Amino acid sequence: MKKLSFAPVFVALISAPAWAAPIAMEDQSQLKVPAAVPAATAFQPPQESELPDNAYGKLVMQGYALFVDTKRLAPQFVGNGLNCSNCHLDQGRLANSAPLWGAYPMYPAYRKKNDKVNTFAERLQGCFQFSMNGGKPPAADSHEITALSTYAYWLASKAPLGVELPGRGYPEVPQPAKGYNLAQGAEVYKAQCAVCHGAEGQGQKVGDNYVMPPLWGKDSYNWGAGMHRINTAASFIKHNMPLGKGGSLTDQQAWDVAAYVNRHERPQDPRLVDGSVEKTRVKFHANDGVNLYGQTVDGVLIGQGIR
Amino acid sequence: MMSVERVLMGGALLLMLGSAQALEGKKVFSEGGAQPGAAACMACHGADGLGLAAAGFPRLAGLPAGYLSKQLHDFRSGARSNPVMTSLAKALTEEEIAAVSQTLAAMPAPVVPAGHRSATPTNPAEKLALQGAWERQIPACVSCHGPSGVGVGEAFPPLSGQSAAYLAAQLNAWRSGTRHNDPNDLMGHVAKSLTDDEVQGIANYFASLPGQEVKP
Repeated sequence: MKKLSFAPVFVALISAPAWAAPIAMEDQSQLKVPAAVPAATAFQPPQESELPDNAYGKLVMQGYALFVDTKRLAPQFVGNGLNCSNCHLDQGRLANSAPLWGAYPMYPAYRKKNDKVNTFAERLQGCFQFSMNGGKPPAADSHEITALSTYAYWLASKAPLGVELPGRGYPEVPQPAKGYNLAQGAEVYKAQCAVCHGAEGQGQKVGDNYVMPPLWGKDSYNWGAGMHRINTAASFIKHNMPLGKGGSLTDQQAWDVAAYVNRHERPQDPRLVDGSVEKTRVKFHANDGVNLYGQTVDGVLIGQGIR
Repeated sequence: MMSVERVLMGGALLLMLGSAQALEGKKVFSEGGAQPGAAACMACHGADGLGLAAAGFPRLAGLPAGYLSKQLHDFRSGARSNPVMTSLAKALTEEEIAAVSQTLAAMPAPVVPAGHRSATPTNPAEKLALQGAWERQIPACVSCHGPSGVGVGEAFPPLSGQSAAYLAAQLNAWRSGTRHNDPNDLMGHVAKSLTDDEVQGIANYFASLPGQEVKP
């Protein structure tokens, strides 16, 4: 009798997060993300013409090349079809698109994600492991990490140290009062996103290389990437999508379509605990913003992973 | 239950229909459609379908069939306007549009080797093409039209292998709003942010990318 009376409560608790029970939002670090700024008034990183013609300048350009052409130039560390510049637009320079000049001066920083103080090199390794689904990331003193760090340092070279610059990260777009709606998200996707990213989120290629990145499936970011959070994806989308038309979707549309994208399967969270989606949800996802990992949508468990 | 014979006959019929469509497409291209006013494509776009640069007539050979078909339908409906093409497209039947789009898509065109993302621009036009101008919300041309502007899918046509005259005319048409048949105003919105010099520069840049010889 007792068991039965508990059952509906339990069900209600499980299904609540899909419509956003008050879960604390976690940024990638302990830091707050300042409000969005118009790109033209944001911090201006240096121009390539200002680079010195020496070993430092060369390494900056190698970092640039890795940043925009990651899959081709560092294939051993990229397990999907993405490049850094897919999520950090304008080669990591654009405000409200997680620019490198906003990130570099904020490290070392504590990150709840791994519960320790992370160097910038460790932060980059996290990108490789999760967003690029790359398996074992390049070593902290590897050419890849050194070149990318140097590129980020250069972009931030006139920025104040330890100051949260406006336009840093993906400025938060508050969840609409009504929450998000997957069916509406599917409509937004069809009307605004599919022309580039494909009807099935598969992206589009020329030859072997993606031009428009896949948003789900085996060649997209994995379940451990920050972008799997609906709140993070909604913020990225609101400020940056459709490409060149950032800010054109309503907050509601951004949340709806972010949820629609992130209800689809993608490679498993590499931190998978004991092969159990539920254990992994409890340990890594239950308190990580708004996400659907380990939850059931339309009778299907989300987060089973895809190879 | 479907017999083997029936499957074979069905397959043969499909093949015949396919080759009938190919014949029809070639006919529209070189002789025109069945109805009056449906002039042959090659009269203006050249016997090889590569266009007539001096007159600003675009290359059609090797463009995606879906893109070509959409343009013909848009000329018909008025969604894209051009006095010559509008009346011509109205004289084509649905079948002829489908057939000639397939024929044109299958015709050989210069192959422009796809550049790498990490290539660094050496002049302002190339910078726009490869990196964009984000302070004005202008994405890189190649982020939609593909590396070296070779085109992506059915919605983003090739830019390389087109003449500078055609590319500049189209960019200016997007800018002035006389062309507006793009999905979600993706192109119109970008073109309106470009200056005269930038339009000319981008047109020259993509027209000048070296194409390897056409293999028949």
